[in-house]
Amino acid sequence: MSFVWRRLLGTVPSLIGVVVVTFLLSHALPGDPAAYFAGPAANATSIAQIRAKLGLDRSLPVQFLQYIVDLVHGNLGNSLTTGQPVLTDLIQRLPASIELTFFALAFAVVIAIPMGVWAATRPDSLADHFCRATVSVAAAFPTFFVGLLLVYVFYFLLGVAPEPVGRLNEILYTPPARVTGMYTVDSLISGDWQTFLASLAQLVLPAISLGLFALAPIARITRASMLQALGSDFTRTARAGGLPRSKILVTYAFRNALLPVSNVLGMVFSFLLGSNVLIEQVYGWQGIGAYAVTAVLASDYAAVQGFVLMMAVLYVLLNLLVDLLGTMIDPRVRFES
Amino acid sequence: MTGQLQIDRLSLVFRTRHGAVRALEDVSLSIERGEILGVVGESGSGKSVLAYAVIGLQDPAAEVLGGRILFGGLDMLAASEQARADVRGRELAMIFQSPRTALNPIRKVGRQIEDILRQHANVSSGELRRHAINALARVRIPDPERRYHAYPFELSGGMCQRVMIAMALACSPFLLIADEPTTGLDVTTQAVIMDLIRDLSRSARMSTLLITHDLGLAGEYCDRIAVMHAGHVVEVASVEKLLDHPAHPYTQQLLGATPTPQSTIEGLTAIPGQLPDLRHDLPACRFSARCARRVAACEERPLPWVSIGPDHLVRCQVPL
Ligand SMILES: Nc1ncnc2c1ncn2[C@@H]1O[C@H](COP(=O)(O)OP(=O)(O)O)[C@@H](O)[C@H]1O
Ligand SMILES: [Mg+2]
Repeated sequence: MSFVWRRLLGTVPSLIGVVVVTFLLSHALPGDPAAYFAGPAANATSIAQIRAKLGLDRSLPVQFLQYIVDLVHGNLGNSLTTGQPVLTDLIQRLPASIELTFFALAFAVVIAIPMGVWAATRPDSLADHFCRATVSVAAAFPTFFVGLLLVYVFYFLLGVAPEPVGRLNEILYTPPARVTGMYTVDSLISGDWQTFLASLAQLVLPAISLGLFALAPIARITRASMLQALGSDFTRTARAGGLPRSKILVTYAFRNALLPVSNVLGMVFSFLLGSNVLIEQVYGWQGIGAYAVTAVLASDYAAVQGFVLMMAVLYVLLNLLVDLLGTMIDPRVRFES
Repeated sequence: MTGQLQIDRLSLVFRTRHGAVRALEDVSLSIERGEILGVVGESGSGKSVLAYAVIGLQDPAAEVLGGRILFGGLDMLAASEQARADVRGRELAMIFQSPRTALNPIRKVGRQIEDILRQHANVSSGELRRHAINALARVRIPDPERRYHAYPFELSGGMCQRVMIAMALACSPFLLIADEPTTGLDVTTQAVIMDLIRDLSRSARMSTLLITHDLGLAGEYCDRIAVMHAGHVVEVASVEKLLDHPAHPYTQQLLGATPTPQSTIEGLTAIPGQLPDLRHDLPACRFSARCARRVAACEERPLPWVSIGPDHLVRCQVPL
């Protein structure tokens, strides 16, 4: 347990770095926020007033301190576009993106890991080349193109997918009472199967469009680490001991391959979370990607800053999670340092 | 006379992109029940390839051109993979060089022994643990109950090799193949491990194929020794005969290069030349290019087996 605390403590420097960078970022962005807030009709005095009100006339260290104090109070400023506190917006929208990303990753894992394992057991065979080609092609198509194509085929032509109107067709269903903010989870908690299935159906196409992109890195790392594990001395020992193929593949090779795979999964997850902007646009998904795009287009500084800060914090936390997962997989990690 | 293991005229090549590597040619050997047979030769002479062929773990690029390997009654080369897997770990076991990497790094050593027991021994799951601890105790690992829970990285190299031996002997095999089991371990540990292997083979009447590049080590622990050079077995004899009256010039040079308690650094001689490239066309006697006693007859095929005494065979036209 003390290990967990140590790792948790270890994230503190990265978090401090994140805060400093987001603070500096807001000052590096082009444009004068005070002028922007004041609006087109403002003159020099009203801009100066607003600058003073925003605290932008003070020295950088003082502003930084103020920023820290605000952060500690959970104050990320107000969004210009929504008029709400940025924190409220983010909390509102983050679960939608996390849910989508999670399902995309689950889709990718279910396909790519067996593929990688399969390819590794017959390297340089036709099957191996086929797997590699498939995942490369899947990654080569632009995400939004795949998104549109899937909508066209499965909604418009075949009619098997629901209308791409976001997380839930709210004409037919009411969103479940909010607990986690993820519709599939919340509908399960409230025992509403209809809504659960409906929100699941809404997730299928966007999750696949997003997940296709993740197939290649996951399949590749699985194949590589499985090849290494299968060629290792301890696999040879297991074979010399006459253990069955399935046991060698799972208990000996796969578990050892899992550590690099879990590291890549963490990276892929945060990458997907940050890159599902286009998918959210195509599917009308009310997630943070769509929020960030709107904020950037509207020069909504506080929102952009809040978004960047949240993504960075999530990234740090995700890394922590992957680390902790690693210690469960590999006892050697527990004893390091 | 049927030995525990009988290898008859085994020839094996590796098909590689750079040509065929003729790793074994006409290799014949046999091991009696309870005997310790040493296979000695410089690195690259084909000892490991031979061991892997016996246990059926050769590289996919390996192709057996001819010969037979009889283990018990089983023709290992003709048997199905299923039949061979069934023999491995139960009747035929193997331990390796670098014991630390030979064990699964993320599995408790006790569990790894249990994996073998579960596969081959008629042990109920409730009894597995006790048997695994017994196996650890048998290789004289102190505090086996605690060591059962250890991971390989928590153990020293010598301790890992003991675990490997415990694993190999868990099902009381008829034959143990030990491929350089002490290379990389310090001298004290080496002696402990070798004593352990010898004691356990003696007490269980188990045959042992001990592979080593160290003729001194083989002389100390083996009953008989086979000397290998470039994929050929060039001489087989009991330890006494081989050490006192080597008949093959290569054996003699190996002896000259092996330190003994009496020898000085100056007294040691290096073996001239190097192993031939096994991808090229090779002469009948693969040692002839390095041999001072070479005569015209050395070119003649086939290379003869010359018997120069009971149980003393040498593959040389002009033995010493
Ligand atoms: N998988 C392989 N492919 C090609 N050549 C191999 C392979 N394994 C071994 N060899 C060759 O076979 C010869 C004997 O190797 P080996 O049995 O490992 O020697 P040692 O006596 O040191 O154990 C060497 O020339 C080596 O290069
Ligand atoms: Mg070797």
